[in-house]
Parts: sequence; C-alpha cells; structure tokens
Amino acid sequence: MTFQEISGRLQALFGDSVLEVKTEGVVDPYVKVAPAKVHEIALALRDEPDLRFDYLMCLSGVDHGRELLGAVYHLSSMARGHKLTMKTDLPASDPRVPTVSDIWPTANWHEREAWDMFGIVFMNHPDPRRILLPEDYPGHPLRKDFKVPEFYNGMKVPY
Amino acid sequence: MAEFLADLLGSDILAYVVVAMLPLFLWVLPYALFAVWLERKVSAHMQDRLGPMRTGGWHGWAQTIADILKLIQKEDIVPRAADKTLHLLAPFVVFVGSYAAFAAIPFSSSFIGSGINIGLFYVIAVSSLVVVGILMAGWASNNKWSLFGAMRSAAQIVSYEIPTALALLTVVMVTGTLDLQEINRQQAGPFWNWFVFAKPPFIFVAFVIYFVASLAETNRTPFDIPEAESELVAGYHTEYSGMKFAIFFLAEYGNMFAVSAVAASVFLGGWNSPFGDFMNGPVWGAFWFLSKGMFFVFVQMWLRWTLPRLRVDQLMHISWKVLTPWAFVCLLGVGALTML
Amino acid sequence: MNGTAAPTIRTSTGRAIRTEEMVLNMGPQHPSTHGVLRLELVVDGEIIVDVIPHIGYLHRCFEKHCEAMTNYQQVIPYCDRMDYIASMNMDWAYALTAEKMLGIRVPERVEYIRVIMGELQRIASHLIALGTYGLDVGAFTPFLFMFRDREMILDLFEMTCGARLLYNYIWIGGVSHDLPPEFVPRAREFCRYFRPNIKEFNDLLTYNEIFIKRTANVGILPADVAISYACSGPMLRGSGVKWDLRKNDPYSIYDRFDWDVPVGKGEYGTVGDCWDRYMVRIREMEQSLNIIEQALDRIPEGDVMSAVPKRIRPAAGDVYVRSESPRGEIGFYIVSDGTGSPYRVKARSPAFVNLSVVPEISRGYMIADLVAIVGSVDIVLGEVDR
Repeated sequence: MTFQEISGRLQALFGDSVLEVKTEGVVDPYVKVAPAKVHEIALALRDEPDLRFDYLMCLSGVDHGRELLGAVYHLSSMARGHKLTMKTDLPASDPRVPTVSDIWPTANWHEREAWDMFGIVFMNHPDPRRILLPEDYPGHPLRKDFKVPEFYNGMKVPY
Repeated sequence: MAEFLADLLGSDILAYVVVAMLPLFLWVLPYALFAVWLERKVSAHMQDRLGPMRTGGWHGWAQTIADILKLIQKEDIVPRAADKTLHLLAPFVVFVGSYAAFAAIPFSSSFIGSGINIGLFYVIAVSSLVVVGILMAGWASNNKWSLFGAMRSAAQIVSYEIPTALALLTVVMVTGTLDLQEINRQQAGPFWNWFVFAKPPFIFVAFVIYFVASLAETNRTPFDIPEAESELVAGYHTEYSGMKFAIFFLAEYGNMFAVSAVAASVFLGGWNSPFGDFMNGPVWGAFWFLSKGMFFVFVQMWLRWTLPRLRVDQLMHISWKVLTPWAFVCLLGVGALTML
Repeated sequence: MNGTAAPTIRTSTGRAIRTEEMVLNMGPQHPSTHGVLRLELVVDGEIIVDVIPHIGYLHRCFEKHCEAMTNYQQVIPYCDRMDYIASMNMDWAYALTAEKMLGIRVPERVEYIRVIMGELQRIASHLIALGTYGLDVGAFTPFLFMFRDREMILDLFEMTCGARLLYNYIWIGGVSHDLPPEFVPRAREFCRYFRPNIKEFNDLLTYNEIFIKRTANVGILPADVAISYACSGPMLRGSGVKWDLRKNDPYSIYDRFDWDVPVGKGEYGTVGDCWDRYMVRIREMEQSLNIIEQALDRIPEGDVMSAVPKRIRPAAGDVYVRSESPRGEIGFYIVSDGTGSPYRVKARSPAFVNLSVVPEISRGYMIADLVAIVGSVDIVLGEVDR
C-alpha cells in the first residue's frame, strides 16, 4: 500500500485523532497522531489485515524545543512490505503516552530508553526503569535544556 | 629399592623418606614444569602460533621456571569472608591426593615406592581425595561461582570413578592381582603381550573407557566444566592467587601423569619394552614407562585444544548411561572369555 | 531441556520442603558476556528461572555528542566507535541516512568500494562472532584460526585507509581515500585463500558432535517471537525467516549481484536454535565472498570524492534509513533543523534490540546454555549502550 492509502485508512478509522498527514516538503512522509490514541492506533496498525505492521523498527524520543517533546514510531510490515512513520507531540510539562510494549514487545527497551533520555512517561509500561544510565541519575540528558550536574554521588562531573 | 637404601643409610625410616621423595623431586616436579611448557607449545602449534619463544633462549624452555618464580613472589590474597583454614588447606589436599597415587606406581622393574599387594585399589582410592580438596576450595572461597564449580567437579569426579574402576577391573580379572608391579611383570615380552590386546575386543574397549573417564577425573576438556573458563572464570580456584594457585596447577598436571601412568602400567605394559628383550632392563624400563606416560599426557593436551566442552548434564549422561553400561559389558565379556 | 518448574518435594508428614531460588550475578566483568554486560540470573539449581540484563556500562553519550558537532561529517568517527567490530557498516549506515536527507547520489566507483568494504567487514565481524562463540563453549583453537584469517582482512583495510579497526573511511558523499593499486589483486587473493578455510572451520567446529550437543535445541527462538521482538540479522534468519535488508529493502547496488540469503532450517535440532544462528553466519561469510568477487570484477574507474559536499546543510526535517550490518538492522534516525549541526541523531542498533529477546529464550535452560545463547546473539556492547 502507498503512504496515501495507509494514511487514508487511518483517517477513515480514527478521524480527528490523526492530527496531521505530511507529504509535502519532507523526505519521509509521516502521520501525526494524538497521544491519547496511540495505543488504539498501534493496535489497528498491527492487526488490520491490509496494514499488518508487525515490525517496530525504531521508537525514538525527540526534543522539539519550545516546551515540546515527541515520540517517533518507525513501523514496517514484513508481510505487506510497506513502511510508516508515526509521530506524536507531547507537552514537556506532562509527557505521557500509552505504551505499545504489549503490541510490539520490542518497544519495551525502546520506551525505557526514551524515558531515560527524555523523561517521556509511557503509561502501563511493565518495567519503567532507566536502562542506560544509573537508577539515581538526576535529569534526562537528551533534553535540550539539560544541564550537566556538577556533582554526581560525590564525584565532580565536568573536568 | 628400600632395602638397598636402608643398608646405605643405616636407617629404615630415612630410607623410606628418601624413597618417597625420589619420585617427587626426580620426576613429578620437573615433569610438572616441563608439562606446563609442553602444553603451551602444543597448544600454540595447534593454533598456528608459536608459544613461548624467548625465556631461556631455545623455544622459551625456561618459561615455567620464570612463572613459578613469579608466582612465589605474588601476594597471597585471601578473601575477607573466606574460611581461612579450609582456604589454606585445600590446595595441599588436592596435591596430596594427586601425588600420593605415585607411591604404588612402578617406575621400573626395580623401583616402586611401596610394593603393596593392593596397589591398584590404593591408587584409585587415594586419587579420590582430590574431591575433598576441591570441595574445600569451592566452599572456602565464599564465592557462589566457585561453589558451583566445586559442586560440579565433585559430582563429575565421583561419577567417573565408576567406569574407571570397572575398566581397570577387567585387567584385574585376567591377572588375578591388584599389585601393579605384578601386573607389569605379567606383560613381559613383545607388545602383543600387553593387556590392551588381550581378550579382544573387550579389554581394548575397556581401555578406551578408562582413557575417557580419566579425562573427567583430571578435569580436562571436554570435561573441564568445573574450571570452565568462559563461565565460571576459573571455577573452584578463582579466588586463589600466588603459590596456592601454583599448587593447584601442579596438582592438576601431577594428576594427569598419574592417570596416564596407570593407563600405561595396566594396559600398555608399563616398564616393559615393546620389542621383548631388546632394550629391556631396569633403566630402559624407566625410559619406556615414562615415554608411555608422556604419550598419554600429550594425547590429553591434544584433546584439550581440539574439542569443545560438554555441559554438565551431558557429562553425567555420558558417565552413567554410556561408559558405565559399556564397562559392565566389557567386564562380563572378559569374565566369560577368562572362564572359557 | 526447556523444563517446567520442579515438582514439590514433600516430607513424610506432608509438609512441602522449602527450596529457594538463588540470585546469581554474571558480569559486568566476565569472560563470556562479550563486553560489560551484567546479567542477573534467578536460578533454581542449574535451571534458569529468569534473566534480567543490565546494560549501560559502556554508555558514551553518542547521541548527545552528535548534537554538539558542527558538521555532519564529524559524526563519522563516533559511528565507528559504536559497533567497533563492524565499523565500515556503521559509517555506511550513517552516510546513507545523511545522503538520503541531502538527496545526493554517490559515484559508481564509490558504491562498489562501499560494497566491497562492507562485505569484507561482514566476514571479519562474523569471524570474531564465531571464534568467540567457540571460545564460550570451550573450543579454544577455532578462535585463533579465525583471527589469523581476520588479520588478512585487517591488512586490506590498513592498506586503504591506514586503520585496522576504526576507519573513518566512508564519508557522506563518498569515501575518504581511493583504493590503492594493490588492493584488488590482494583482495582476490584473500577470497581464493579464505574459501577453503570455511570448510576447515566446518570440520573443526560446526559438525563436531560435542558442539552440536551444546548448541542444538538450545535457545530456540520461534519466528513470530523474533518478529515481534524486532530481531534482525542472523537472529531472525536463524529462525527461518528469509529477511535480509540487502534484498528486501535494497540500498546501494546490492541488486546487481547474484547471491543467496542463508536461512536456518533446524538441520540438527529445532529451527531457531543456537546452531542455526551459527550456521547462518558461516554461510553468510561464503555469500559475502561471492559478492566481493563479483564486485571486484566489475568495479569501474572514477572519482571517489566528487559528491562530497562542502557544506552539509540539509533542509529541516527527519529521515530514517536502515541497512544490514553483520548483527542485523542498523538504522539511523536524523532530525535536522536546517543548520549545519545535527539536531537529533538516534542510532537504532541491532544488538540492543536483539539483546532484549534473551530473557524470553533462556527460561528453562541451564547456566551453561545461557552462555551459548548470549554468544549466539552476537552482541557488541559499544553498540548496545552507544
């Protein structure tokens, strides 16, 4: 299926939750969805017979600046051979989005990394711990407003 | 030998002490140094590299001596929560278990440490002492991984005692004696008199079973799960450093030679020359015996660097479900052939 | 061997004997965890009840560093250091992503050089993976034989770009140095030399009875579990799924070569066990040799640096491009804000994703099997932690 068909399907199924469908002026077209509906949309993407997105290639967090975080889902379908980029914007003060780790188990570690690096809270995640940094690390480093702490556990950080 | 020395030194006790020390200083310790070097060279050439080349000049022959000197100087680290007494005693118990077996092994027609008439039985019994030492080492290290290694090792050694003993029993049935010196005398003559060719094919199969089981007795690959380097770092001797580690090391090589020596004595004619009377005699006897023993040591090294390692349950499976039944079959076969 | 829980033992009065599960720690310093990986094992005797991997010991803030770069080309040395065993493929993946953003087509000669380097790197990486895997199960010798052969590949790389491990060779728009004149004959000689060695490895390790006992029917990864956990590379192909990005989502000029995608068939055990993954890697080395030989025959003359742009300033936007590294799907997601400095670079590393499936496939096996399973995943901690 082409991107037009896939996005058309999503708009038909979910109407207003599909906030934006961008094809002009970008290398990779994408679909932007409302954060609250991510779980339902993801379930439809995986289970709809003509969509069948069974492979979550990558789940990244992004800090767009101006108090806006984002989660970007790159999906592909091994059965159908098409790909999709799905984005969702989250307010930096309360970045919460439902987890998709029950749909694609690989999302478990990707979401832990997004929490670790950006502070994005994935609701109902089975194991919401930091993955790369130590448990007691202050802050979320990949945010643009992150300041390197001066001391960590008594050790001076910038040298 | 003991009587000759008693006359020379004028005291029985002194004579026995010298007899006990002779194999240790004249053979076991120099052999252990040589065997470590040999292992490094054999492994190197099998792996398409060179091994020690510099220490001492020609092909690094002094490498082990240098290593021992280094180990003697090392700090002896004992983990704080370790059981100090057991930690100290364990390497020595293992060494005693391996070394004491040499008392009843005939190096030549005129030299045997102690000519007791239950020689073979003594050798097998005393070499099981190493299990105690290994368990002590694993427990005293206060390290879960060492304990794992020690328990695996204990299970392995105890299980493989049975095919070992059964395989040796086949020869005992033919000779009617447990005295190793007598077993050697009965194999006099050219090599077809050796017991490995007697009562075919049962004793030959028993010999193969004995050799495989002895690999497990000495914790050599493919049965080296207790010291599995890639899983347990070094198993039961992880927490040992310096001279205590050296003692474990020497004990392992001593054990390797002890089982090879038993294999050579019981199955391959011991100190008898393969050519019958040619090149036979007390001194030649020592040469033949040591050569046969070293050949098996070499085969053990060869196998170590060729084969992967068996998992512990596969190891147990081989002992209980493969080697032991076949050893029984050989025992019955030899018994039947002996009676007929 | 994938056992259920042990039966409850009862005393003569009917009380259940209390048994406890032990929590064991493997790593971060451990000979078999292929780097600083900490595995927390919950074991019942020797049987594993659960495995909890802890990573992050080698986290070197790759993604944050990228944002501090003033030029997209400056990121390439950092990409090398992520998966230090397959640096060429890492650089290439990043260069592909940046080139897609900029809309650059690289010259023909560059494509051929990249394919040759990528496939040579694939062979070198598989040699390490297989050699260390043999070491994990106790076979010491194949490790050294494989390293001896890898030295020849490293010599080829050193001849071209001066480095043996971290090359900084594949740049955005081209490669940094052209091939020296003796490269093509030496590479052909290597291919001739290496092909019979694969048979030697098979004789020594692959079909060895003990090795098969250690790896067949161990760590079985069913195909649907592999896809849902987004496994890729030999992990996925070992489970019987014929999926190789070089054929299924082609990039560069792979469609011009004639080669096969090896897939696990469960020859000695079940489909998707450790032996299958091992065998897939051995066969992939053979296929890589085919690709290299074909590429060496057809490589055209030309410039290698003509497409390298002076100022790399992609339009604002983002792109995700994936390619096939020896470990699986390596993807780079680059977000640009229109300046010369990357805004966000996310590296989707195959080892990170493949490692997440280890707890799922290790339950019920023994500790010695866990070493075999982790070895068959072929992780490189530099890539897992970035």
